[in-house]
Amino acid sequence: MENVERIKSEEMINRIDSRLTKNKVVKGLFFTATLFTSIILIVLLYRIIVQGAPYLSWDFLQNFASRRPEQAGIKAAVVGTIWMMAVVVPTAAIFGVGSAIYLEEYAGKNALTRWIQMNISNLAGVPSVVFGLLGLTIFVRLFGFGNSILAAGFTMSLLVLPVIIVASQEAIRAVPNELKEASYGLGATKWQTISRVVIPYAVPGIATGSILAFSRAIGETAPLIVVGIPTFVAFLPSGVFDSFTALPMQIYNWTSRPQEEFHNLAAAGIIVLLVVLIMMNSVAVWIRNRYQSR
Amino acid sequence: MRVMSFIGVLGLKGAIGLKTKNKELSPVHELLEKKYNGGFLNRREKIIPIILFFMAAVSVLTTLGIVLTLIFETFTFFGDVSIVEFFTATEWYPFSKTEAVYGIWPLVLGTLKITLIASLFAVPLGLAVALYLSEYAGARTRKIMKPILEVLAGVPTIVYGFFALTFVTPFLRGLFPSIELFNAISPGIVVGIMIIPTIVSLSEDALSSVPEPVRHGALAIGSTKWETASKVIFPAALSGILASIVLGISRAIGETMIVSIAAGSTPSAALNLTSSLQTMTSYIVQVTTGDAGFGTTIYYSIYAVGFTLFVFTLAMNVLAQFISKRFREEY
Amino acid sequence: MTLTAVKSKENNQAGQTENVLVYNTKDLNLWYGDHHALKNINLEINEREVTAIIGPSGCGKSTYIKTLNRMIDLVPGVKTNGSIEYRERDIFNKDFLVEELRTRVGMVFQKPNPFPKSIYENIAFGLKIHGIKNKQIINETVEKSLRGAALWEEVKDRIHEPAYGLSGGQQQRLCIARCLALEPDVILMDEPTSALDPVSTLKIEELIQELKQRYSIIIVTHNMQQAARISDRTAFFLNGEVVEYDVTDTIFNSPADSRTDDYISGRFG
Ligand SMILES: Nc1ncnc2c1ncn2[C@@H]1O[C@H](COP(=O)(O)OP(=O)(O)OP(=O)(O)O)[C@@H](O)[C@H]1O
Ligand SMILES: [Mg+2]
Repeated sequence: MENVERIKSEEMINRIDSRLTKNKVVKGLFFTATLFTSIILIVLLYRIIVQGAPYLSWDFLQNFASRRPEQAGIKAAVVGTIWMMAVVVPTAAIFGVGSAIYLEEYAGKNALTRWIQMNISNLAGVPSVVFGLLGLTIFVRLFGFGNSILAAGFTMSLLVLPVIIVASQEAIRAVPNELKEASYGLGATKWQTISRVVIPYAVPGIATGSILAFSRAIGETAPLIVVGIPTFVAFLPSGVFDSFTALPMQIYNWTSRPQEEFHNLAAAGIIVLLVVLIMMNSVAVWIRNRYQSR
Repeated sequence: MRVMSFIGVLGLKGAIGLKTKNKELSPVHELLEKKYNGGFLNRREKIIPIILFFMAAVSVLTTLGIVLTLIFETFTFFGDVSIVEFFTATEWYPFSKTEAVYGIWPLVLGTLKITLIASLFAVPLGLAVALYLSEYAGARTRKIMKPILEVLAGVPTIVYGFFALTFVTPFLRGLFPSIELFNAISPGIVVGIMIIPTIVSLSEDALSSVPEPVRHGALAIGSTKWETASKVIFPAALSGILASIVLGISRAIGETMIVSIAAGSTPSAALNLTSSLQTMTSYIVQVTTGDAGFGTTIYYSIYAVGFTLFVFTLAMNVLAQFISKRFREEY
Repeated sequence: MTLTAVKSKENNQAGQTENVLVYNTKDLNLWYGDHHALKNINLEINEREVTAIIGPSGCGKSTYIKTLNRMIDLVPGVKTNGSIEYRERDIFNKDFLVEELRTRVGMVFQKPNPFPKSIYENIAFGLKIHGIKNKQIINETVEKSLRGAALWEEVKDRIHEPAYGLSGGQQQRLCIARCLALEPDVILMDEPTSALDPVSTLKIEELIQELKQRYSIIIVTHNMQQAARISDRTAFFLNGEVVEYDVTDTIFNSPADSRTDDYISGRFG
């Protein structure tokens, strides 16, 4: 009996080599997949830089759109994006953080809260083009904002709202209870505790999440198209009710043209867009690393 | 840590009204003053939660707005076009002046083609990367890959669209000349690239939340890493992994710019992948880019298409939530 | 039965005291980065005995026992020198695959760590990965291992139910059964009862007494009575060194080193 057992175990030992070979092969495949994924990003960035960099110039940043590629620039698009973000940032931040405070600090653990929470997570999964349809119906038509900065800004705010709410909720939840208790212990009211203890402590987390959400708003194209933002704009807006164009719209316009020169312009526009996004993300990462230790 | 306590202390000082700079008022004094001002404080304590509640209600109103908008305008659309035609006709010819046909199938098929190719590309690749990162890679590789995946996730889809049209399509056409300028394969692959970060990061979370002792248990009876990963860790993390795939697919269904740029604008009920097609999303973009006047049937058709799209993605999101809740492993 | 095992039995029958070694540790040193966790360990561990390792927290007991089946490899930045021979083969030798070592040497952890699978699958797992596909062999082995771990009677009606439904003590015996399925030569146990209630602890102690007939067992424990009750030999570790290693009776009744005495009688630090 025992001999049989030992033999069984010898057989097992003899199989180890082939099992290890299998492990090595699989590991190699997985490593290749990982490498391949990184190479995709490198190729993507490399292609865009090679194509667009020669077109980057002061003129490119200073000129309006033009039918002649050599004179075309992205001034209106950059300024338009800045205008739009001037609407998105305060709107989305106030409503996002406000919602998060309500849900984390005030809302009871009841069906209504769970329902709101479920709403938010489902909203995060709604395609951006559908948000465009909402903006078109409500802001452009119903409220009569037309294809203005305000209409686009509000649409984008709704789009990024769930992201900001969830990030802020996490940040608020991470505030140690002892801090809050200490504050209450000193006789502070609820709102005093929230505004002077909870929020200051949660700000880095809120900021990180919000910056990432805002960079999404800067790069989104589909809702702008659906809302009806024009692509060919040769003036600068002077208020939130003005019509405007934005960076991704300009890139889209150039990409959809058949001529190679316009594709190069699109690449140059993409470089500008990516530089902005990378700067924003670096700030987010910097904040995260700086406050991560706690 | 130091930063935290610093902020904490500042916050506490704020809460009791201790001014770090202005030392004229003693904290106790100020506290008392607040007590006497109770009326104002009380009112504020009552009003603030109400304001905050209305802010939280915006999300609910947004959902409501989306659903109602889609329903109302879709109803208007079905005033012009029969609902039977919408679901059963196999042609989508809205721009014909005389004989417009509105059968959603070609657009749905277009979306399915893109989603299928994207999943075939992204699921194996994404899972391979997730398994490599959670089971094989050292801390250094993980540190390098994390930002790479974050950048891939942060690249705007307009950029991916540009990449599909100006790089992937010419590349594929070089290999297989029968592929047309607009096709399903190139945007499908690029949509796949776009959802890889979703699949990798959520799957990796699921894999690495399987407790270390379970891994050790397998290794301690002589399992190789692959046996541990494939027979213990992967099955244990399966619900999270499936959820990540479903979420990835949901994003692929809703993806707009890549397909608008690189897939063409020909609604097609043909099964081939090498010629121009249109998805639900790219139809909406096509109509809103052009100037189909407000109030026309074409204008309302984008809501019917949007509604169909919304139902598809909602179903996927609900499915993902169901999978991760229903099959959650208790360790 | 292995050749060495046969020899040992014969020797015992002849009334000789010479024992066969499963493990022979020679001048073992181990560092976690700069932290010198094991210092010059020399230890000979006998076949078919229970060897207990005792010592205060942080003295290197777990480190040592994890080195014996090279689970320590999973900790990044560990350096070792010296040698550990398992049945006269150096376990640090490249030709000695860790998978083989761990097949021959089973391990039971401090906290039960069953796989998130059924009871049956938990035990069949080891056989399956080793390429044994025959259903009958697997079924028989599952039953035999569960019996061996004194768990069969309690779970025989629900072996296809999730292992997480078992109590802590049952889970720990399941983990022992999981080892037994591979017919190991040695079983390493790192505080196997510290997370369990007294009744479960007693069951496992009785089980260890049984298992000793067929397996060599090395057990880390914080519980002096346990070491005294179940072990044949005891090693006392302190600050990464072996202070004293002897027959358990000697260690507990007439230790040679005063530090051992202090520790055992609870006059420690
Ligand atoms: N992964 C590790 N990295 C660095 N140092 C470690 C690591 N694991 C253990 N150590 C250190 O090595 C020493 C021995 O640890 P070990 O876990 O072997 O102690 P132990 O005797 O098992 O203690 P306990 O009775 O508490 O389980 C301790 O000083 C510990 O801090
Ligand atoms: Mg220990």
